[in-house]
Amino acid sequence: MADRRAFAARLIGALLAVLLLAPLLVNAASAVEPDEIDADPAIEARARAISKGLRCLVCQNESIDESNAELARDLRLLVRQRLQAGDSDQAVTAYIVSRYGDFVLLDPPFKAATYALWLGPLAIAAFALGFVFVFYRRRAGRSEAAPLSEDDERRLAKLIDRNDP
Amino acid sequence: MLRRLPYLLPLIVLAGLAGYFWSGLGRDPNTLPSVLIDQPLPELALPPIAGRERGLVTADLKGQVSLLNIFGSWCVACQAEHPFLMQLKAEGRVPIHGINWRERDADAGPAWLKRLGDPYTLIGADPDSRAAIALGVTGAPETFIIDAAGVIRYKHIGPITKDIWEKKLWPIVERLRRG
Amino acid sequence: MTVELGHFALVLALLVAIVQGTVPLRGAARGSEPLMAVGRTAALAQFLLVLLAFLSLMNAYVQSDFSVLNVAQNSHSAKPLLYKIAGTWGNHEGSMLLWVLILALFGAALALFGSGLPQALKARALGVQAWVGVGFYLFILLTSNPFARLDPPPLDGQGLNPLLQDPGLAFHPPFLYLGYVGFSMAYAFAVAALIGGRVDPGWARWVRPWTLAAWIFLTIGIVLGSWWAYYELGWGGWWYWDPVENASLIPWLAGTALLHSAIVVEKRDALKGWTVFLALVTFGFSLLGTFLVRSGVLTSVHAFAQDPARGVFILLLLLLFAGGGFALFAWRGPRLAGGGLFRPISREGSLLFNNLVLSVAAATVLLGTLYPLLLESMGGGKVSVGPPFFNRIFVPLMLPLIAAMAIGPMLAWKRGDLGQAMKRLMVAAGAALAATAAVSAILGSIEPAGVLGLALAAWLLTGTLAELAQRIRLFAVPLAESLRRLKGVPLGAWGMTLAHAGFALMIAGMTGSQVWRQEATLVMHPGTAVAFAGFEVGFDGVASVPGPNYIAERGRFTIRDGKRVVAQLEPEKRRYPVEGRETTEAAIRTTAWGDLYLAVGDARDDGARVVRLYFNPLMLWLWFGAAVMVAGGGLSVLDRRLRLGAPKRVRTGAVPAAARS
Repeated sequence: MADRRAFAARLIGALLAVLLLAPLLVNAASAVEPDEIDADPAIEARARAISKGLRCLVCQNESIDESNAELARDLRLLVRQRLQAGDSDQAVTAYIVSRYGDFVLLDPPFKAATYALWLGPLAIAAFALGFVFVFYRRRAGRSEAAPLSEDDERRLAKLIDRNDP
Repeated sequence: MLRRLPYLLPLIVLAGLAGYFWSGLGRDPNTLPSVLIDQPLPELALPPIAGRERGLVTADLKGQVSLLNIFGSWCVACQAEHPFLMQLKAEGRVPIHGINWRERDADAGPAWLKRLGDPYTLIGADPDSRAAIALGVTGAPETFIIDAAGVIRYKHIGPITKDIWEKKLWPIVERLRRG
Repeated sequence: MTVELGHFALVLALLVAIVQGTVPLRGAARGSEPLMAVGRTAALAQFLLVLLAFLSLMNAYVQSDFSVLNVAQNSHSAKPLLYKIAGTWGNHEGSMLLWVLILALFGAALALFGSGLPQALKARALGVQAWVGVGFYLFILLTSNPFARLDPPPLDGQGLNPLLQDPGLAFHPPFLYLGYVGFSMAYAFAVAALIGGRVDPGWARWVRPWTLAAWIFLTIGIVLGSWWAYYELGWGGWWYWDPVENASLIPWLAGTALLHSAIVVEKRDALKGWTVFLALVTFGFSLLGTFLVRSGVLTSVHAFAQDPARGVFILLLLLLFAGGGFALFAWRGPRLAGGGLFRPISREGSLLFNNLVLSVAAATVLLGTLYPLLLESMGGGKVSVGPPFFNRIFVPLMLPLIAAMAIGPMLAWKRGDLGQAMKRLMVAAGAALAATAAVSAILGSIEPAGVLGLALAAWLLTGTLAELAQRIRLFAVPLAESLRRLKGVPLGAWGMTLAHAGFALMIAGMTGSQVWRQEATLVMHPGTAVAFAGFEVGFDGVASVPGPNYIAERGRFTIRDGKRVVAQLEPEKRRYPVEGRETTEAAIRTTAWGDLYLAVGDARDDGARVVRLYFNPLMLWLWFGAAVMVAGGGLSVLDRRLRLGAPKRVRTGAVPAAARS
């Protein structure tokens, strides 16, 4: 009993850790040309991060960081220029969204239109779990064979173990 | 009956999905609707292209209903649309202004216009896409309809054909003129 | 001449399929043997006819017969022979023909090899299979005819996309289709069982080999596609959560759940409703994928024909088959319930958990893929769902499953002892931690996400091996005895061990290459060198090299480790004059520790070149792990116990052990 709970707790802890870190696991692949790279490494790093979240509107399934398209390059330069002028990361992103709409964000914003998207997986998981719980609860309520003696349990386990997949 | 519910669920979900797919067919997933409709034009101050004296500023686009066409010498579809723009200019129905977008070579745009004809009243040069991005442009050709107050009223993506002009764009221009 | 023959053969196949779809079903309802036997003959005839049709198209490609519209649009006389052949399926019409060929192939296989099956089940399955065929024959003949002629024939064709002129990609579609269409067998079996009103362990025993085969092919198809993207596209990535990629992943997830769920039906006569549902939904997802790729509904670099008319037809097919299956499920499903009871902590319980996680994962990927379309249809504006969403949801979802994969096989059926299982896994856990620490140290830095990924991979690998060790009573009995037991381990068990171990390696590869990746983009002049990822990368220069239908600029790089030269890499930039396209051919040096990946760009005015360098640690483990996983699947298919009419219990050592206790 205690084993199971401790195990579960550790698992949940690990899960939370990864939930926070998972966005880092994005396929990084870059089309940034050397002449675009900003002299200031801090600005360059911010620019790369912002670019990875913006969709290339020409190639449509890449970020502007990855895309070879001309427009992507121009957008990358614009991002760097604005950062140099002192805009915050949010301001730069907000400007581009104001021109192109939410569609340009690879990571859809969390607002009314996308509640279903972000909460969807949770809802599906909860539904599935709930369904299983109810369904199997009802069945487990029915007759269960009398528990076996320890000896029998061991022998049974040995026999069953043999018949595996 | 309640027992049947889980067995019915897949069918219900499928029916719902099918409905959406049905309405999704025939839509072009590549066209991005403009979020700038009914917004005033951003502040543009574009220099002239080679061979012209005047460039294009936002104030130029106020005072009457006009078209703003994004083009480039590198753009094949622009070439396809060009004869129709020339025709529109000849008919004199509405002024057409142009933004020469992303030319590598300063002479490329003027040379192209010299070869194919110049339907534009005013042209602004936009080599680094600042204006294009400000307008939310994703490709060429794209054409905006600007009303007399300098507000963007419509954006058409792709080349303009006679059919599209008569059916979609001209009615909008007329409506805006009537006020 | 021959394409007309092929066209005619296809029409005949349609007629045969109609017969196959009606007569055997009648026969099964009436219990009439001769009527049911018609299914077998029809299936074989159908296959031969479709094969004829397919070969006639392929022949047109090989002969470069440009009077055939399809060939003119997609081929060129200068293409190497392999790609002329592969060009047959490198376009919408031809690929649909391949689709029905594989459908007919599976039908014929069932006719030939399903001799132990109950007559009625076999007849019904063949009948259902035939109806799927009818739908797709009509689709091809009415909307996507590859046999149309072009008059006058052009002098040469319009060529083929140079990106597709690659061996990896030439074979990616056939394997994918073998997978997608293979799942039609599970679907046919499920519908047949629903019609018959019975799902029993015998049914599950018959479904498994077919599902395994489809799963193996789909896995190979997906991995080939990923691998191709990795070495061909020049960006070092292997998965983009592109809608069409997702369309292949979703059936894979459902198919994996189906495979495992069927085990429970077979062993314990439980989870029947789940398994039938999964069989229906996996093929439904295959159809959905076909729809998404070919209807123009979603935007993707992959998408084939952007034709709404075709989209309507496929949507109708999807509704007919998936809807029909689900309707049958709604009607007859409740009959299936009942069966073995089990506690939550048990082998069945863990397999149910597996079902759950994989189903939720599939539903989530589906949601993300379809969401832009759904939102737009409701007038909610346009959003895009990209990799950040999928990574954030999918990855955490899979974690508990991976952890459970090591524990599940250790649990007994019906009632498992978690404490005992964990005790047996303690050694595994310790080994896992040690391995993780070692690998992280070698890779250079402690990244939390990376360490977690590697730890899970190590846990799964050692846990799987621990299960095998327990099976042979390693260290609990004399070594000779253990070795003897090893020989007696059934192929199916080896299959599981390899499959899970392979998957563990894949996770390690994914984690290593994502978390510890290094990249650099720089301008290099010939004759200079840079330090990168512990190597010295020297740029020697670029030469112009002609190829069969392209001109390449080939860069030459010398890689040194200290003083020693370890490799010469030659990345290329190719230009295909006919299509006017360019491709980047990256050069990759692969070792167990990682891939050194080089791509060279265009020349600058001063003779310098843009060079992109990537170092992807543990990349090889992904591909190798996938191969091991597929091998595991293959071993499972070969297990003769799956093909015998009645379950045979293998009692190696059971009697002596019982005698001893």
